[in-house]
Amino acid sequence: MTSPHLLWLLAGVGTILVVASIIGEILRARLSPAGENPVIENLIARTNAWWVMVICLALAFIAGKPGVVLLFALCSFAALREFLTLTTHNRADHWSLVACFFLILPLQYWFLATDWYGMYSIFIPVYAFLLLPVLSALRGSTKDFLIRVSETQWALMICVYCASHVPALLYLRIPGFEGRNVILIAYLIFVVQLSDVMQYVWGKLVGRTKVAPNLSPSKTWEGLIGGALTASGVGTALWWMTPFSPLQAAGMCLLITLMGFFGGLVMSAIKRDRGIKDWGHLIAGHGGFLDRLDSVIFAAPIFFHITRWLWSTT
Amino acid sequence: MNSSLRAFAARVTGQAITTFARFITAPRAVWQGIEPVRHQRVYFANHSSNGDFVLLWTALPVPLRRQTRPVAALDYWLTSPLRAFIGREVFNAVLIDRRPEARTEDPVTLMAAALDEGSSLILFPEGQRNSSDSTLLPFKSGLYHLAKSRPGIDLVPVWIANLNRVMPKGEIIPVPLICTLTFGAPLHLAEGETKDAFLTRATQALLALKPGQL
Repeated sequence: MTSPHLLWLLAGVGTILVVASIIGEILRARLSPAGENPVIENLIARTNAWWVMVICLALAFIAGKPGVVLLFALCSFAALREFLTLTTHNRADHWSLVACFFLILPLQYWFLATDWYGMYSIFIPVYAFLLLPVLSALRGSTKDFLIRVSETQWALMICVYCASHVPALLYLRIPGFEGRNVILIAYLIFVVQLSDVMQYVWGKLVGRTKVAPNLSPSKTWEGLIGGALTASGVGTALWWMTPFSPLQAAGMCLLITLMGFFGGLVMSAIKRDRGIKDWGHLIAGHGGFLDRLDSVIFAAPIFFHITRWLWSTT
Repeated sequence: MNSSLRAFAARVTGQAITTFARFITAPRAVWQGIEPVRHQRVYFANHSSNGDFVLLWTALPVPLRRQTRPVAALDYWLTSPLRAFIGREVFNAVLIDRRPEARTEDPVTLMAAALDEGSSLILFPEGQRNSSDSTLLPFKSGLYHLAKSRPGIDLVPVWIANLNRVMPKGEIIPVPLICTLTFGAPLHLAEGETKDAFLTRATQALLALKPGQL
């Protein structure tokens, strides 16, 4: 499933990471030889985690469709585990929670792997939505019932349904783009994550005006505009590896970077409400899987449907 | 089965159990009052699930885990050959009999002997799984007697959060949820401290580690 374009993109990301690692080590040697500067240590931890994430993604690309589907199924599992740790549920929900992890999640990715669009695009919003509360209702506890079932459904929509739209890009049929769908995944993730990183960088450099002071102190208008424009500029320059024209690529990039920003904003609101800073602890320097995936999760379904609507024959 | 084969099977089983525990709970150890260093300790924790000592054992770094033995109920772990294999050989548990009328050896003597051999211990001072509505059951006196007979040992409170939601009593399939284990500052029996005062202090020290919100 590798194509020259994919290798170039990976080589480009590899170069960025080499530069980031070298800068990190130089900063550490100069300013934080004993690891006393938390900002530099965090920068190095984040870069190291990026290496691991990029290598996992590259390996999945080499393994082809099954590899990519499996990787995102595992990400969904880890994300769902983080999300449901924070939601309201009681003992009456035990079987519906078991069903989320061991029935709905595998089924969603199985429908995807068998290219059954009519099923995977409605399975969670229709079937899981209607049937899952029945499991909780049968156990008889009515306390906080609506809160419990809504939060569980929300967890499934975010962590399984929306996340599964990343590997779903592999199953689009775009005339003249056959065999290169993996580029769509690499492109989506690259542009959205670059936007996240550049929002952080621009925010640190010139960030003044907070977008939502109650939600997140680190999200600023300067960071948002600078980050989204930088990432969209880079994404537009890479139009030749996508099915899009330069203008279309620019529009797509602005759309997914904006959705990515919304994802970070909404997920921050949930974290703030639950009194936590990070969703988890498994990705050193970043927090949890959801901390890293929130923007991609929000961007993926929109990117998938617009690409499908305008370019795909399925 | 010869002994080296049994030892190998025990290692593999132990690895499988910790891998499964990680897959389900992604345990997070918060070393609040102590550092994760090789130092002989008695870890005492709240007990709400059968998986408690497995999770505590999993959360310990490997060098610490090797020298740490859970204290477990003989009347539970010797009821079937599989349980006996897991209890004795995989976890190398110190098996104590909870039934005073049936036992031949005193639990505190057995625990003290394990400490004298250099092992650390995992202990659940509530003595049984807590499935009541109260946060903790009253502590049994074992912790006090251990503190009195081996006064140099660090008694480390550990709060295990969320595991009762992973596997509520009576359920068979665990729900994957993140569990947090908070390790507090070590306790010792104070000069002239009474049994009740010490057990109250130990209870408070453990309760203080309970996260307000996960």
